[in-house]
Order: sequence, then structure tokens, then C-alpha cells
Amino acid sequence: MHELGIVVRVIEQVEKVAEENKVEKVTKLTVEVGEVSSVVPELFTDCFEWSKKKTKYLQDAQLELVVLEALSYCQDCEETYKTTAYAKQCPHCGSTNTYLVTGNEINIKDIEVMQ
Amino acid sequence: MGSVRTINLSKSVFEDGKREADELRAYLKSKGVFLVNVMSSPGAGKTTALISLINRLSRQFRIGVMEADIDSDVDAVRIAQKADCKAIQLHTGGMCHLDAAMTRQGLDELGADGLDIVFLENVGNLVCPAEFDTGAHLDMTILSVPEGDDKPLKYPLIYQKCDLVLISKIDALSYFTFDLEKCVANIRMRNLNSTVIPISAKTGENMERAAEYFIKKISKMGED
Repeated sequence: MHELGIVVRVIEQVEKVAEENKVEKVTKLTVEVGEVSSVVPELFTDCFEWSKKKTKYLQDAQLELVVLEALSYCQDCEETYKTTAYAKQCPHCGSTNTYLVTGNEINIKDIEVMQ
Repeated sequence: MGSVRTINLSKSVFEDGKREADELRAYLKSKGVFLVNVMSSPGAGKTTALISLINRLSRQFRIGVMEADIDSDVDAVRIAQKADCKAIQLHTGGMCHLDAAMTRQGLDELGADGLDIVFLENVGNLVCPAEFDTGAHLDMTILSVPEGDDKPLKYPLIYQKCDLVLISKIDALSYFTFDLEKCVANIRMRNLNSTVIPISAKTGENMERAAEYFIKKISKMGED
């Protein structure tokens, strides 16, 4: 459900860039998805394949999803660790005074276009 | 055959949404409207808690409510009948959450001018609403006793994001295996700075305390 809303936003933004750059069509789109961004890559891809048929520039676009590793930082011992393995609790000192540094993002990295 | 080139965007999908949310927050502040985003799982008692809260706040403030659901208008009808406020129903058309653009549309429909507080009752869901900034000044969630004290472990983001957590239906504590202390610790693990207030909208327990919290927050917005 939620993936579809994000795909719609991605497509809107890419269509706008395509229009501004007067491209003929977009052939490839690379999207970076954080490991803990709560986006399911398979669902995202399905939503994209369904939605692209309704677009002006993305009809033939191929989607590449790059998964970004999630890392958290501990404010007590100042170490960084893998979020998916240890969640909120720092494996180095046991503190929960930690925050997510990276892994929650959904970025449109780049697009390949035919001019 | 045309030429192929790559355009670098390196743009967060949420960038536009974040900007829209910041604009909405600033606009509402300039109008003196305090917007509260109320999130929870379905059935946690958002509408009941809001009715109880609004009836304590409406002596002092003019209040509006936007009820967001996938379908039906039962919540808007109920709240308009039982609480002293202006209410409208928003239909999300299948969407699992609200974002700032949808919230703005709702506010236009409600007519937020002249109101002091607007409660946005988000779609009952602990996953998606947490991902999107609605433009609210305060994010809150309601966790009901029957749901279990381990909810913050299962749905980290929503508890991380919320400034206020109301633990609802505490009148039912004796019927469930629910450890209040453990629940508060689980919430704190997600957000050290959140305020946690256990309430019962049914018996009225701690509802005054929850109302006080809002009165403080609203007067603070005026001072900033």
C-alpha cells in the first residue's frame, strides 16, 4: 500500500525532471532504499512496473534498486554499529542512547535518458 | 537513434513532502492554529480519547477535528455529536496514511481560520503514518492496554517520532497481562524525551493531566 504512494512520488519527480530536460524518454532509474526505510524492494518494483505504464516518459524505464546499509551511532561510547543486527541497543557498551545515522532514506539517485 | 545520458538527482523522495510540511507548519503557526497528528493502531481508542480530551479543552479553545479513514464517516459523526468541536471526515481512498498536501486540503475544507487547535486523526495504522510528516506541531500516539506492552518493540518508528504517548484503556488493566512499567520503559527506549500519560477516557482518569499537557504546549507555541 505504502510502496505505491512512494512510487507515485518518485514517478512525479522523475517526470518533472524529464520534462524540464526535454528528454525523449527515461531508459533507467536508480533508486536508493535504506535497509530500515520500511520499503519492501519486491513490492516497490511491482508498484513501479504497474505505474510506469501510465506515464509519459517512463514507459520503457528499467528500475534499479540499491539497498543502503543501516548504521546506528552510540552517543555514549561513540561507536557505530549495524542497526539490523542490534536495533536500538549498542553492542559495544549496551547503551540505548543511540540514533540511526543512515538506512532510513529513499533517494532518487539518477536517471538515464534518451535525448 | 538519440543519445543517452545520465542525469544525477541524488534527491530524497521525501524532500518535497518535508518542504510542504514545513510550509504548512509555519503557515498554521502564523494563524495561531496548533495542529496535532494523532496516530495509533485501529481500535486503540483515538476517537474516544479525543472526545474526552476535547470536552476538557473546549472551555478554553476553539477546536477542529479531521477524521481520516479509508471509508465511512462514523468517526466524524460520533465526534461532532459528542464533543464541542467542528469535525469533518477525510477519505484517503485506500491510502494508508496522510501527508502534508492531503492535510492542507483537509484544513481548507474544515476551515481552520479562527480555530486554536486542530486534531488530525490519522488512519489507524502504526507503520505508514509514522513515515510521513503531516505538518503537525505535535505528533502523538495512543497505545491501548489490550494491544500489549511490547508494541514499541514491534513498531519502533512511530514511538521514536511521537512527542506524546497516551496509554489508553487503563481501566481494563486488571483483565490483561500488561506491565505498565515495562511499557513505559519500551517507549523510552525509542524516545527518551517523549511524555507518557496513562489514561482512561471511560473513567476520566488522568484526562485532566493530558489536557494540561496540551494547554502548556499551545501556550508555548504562542511564545516562540
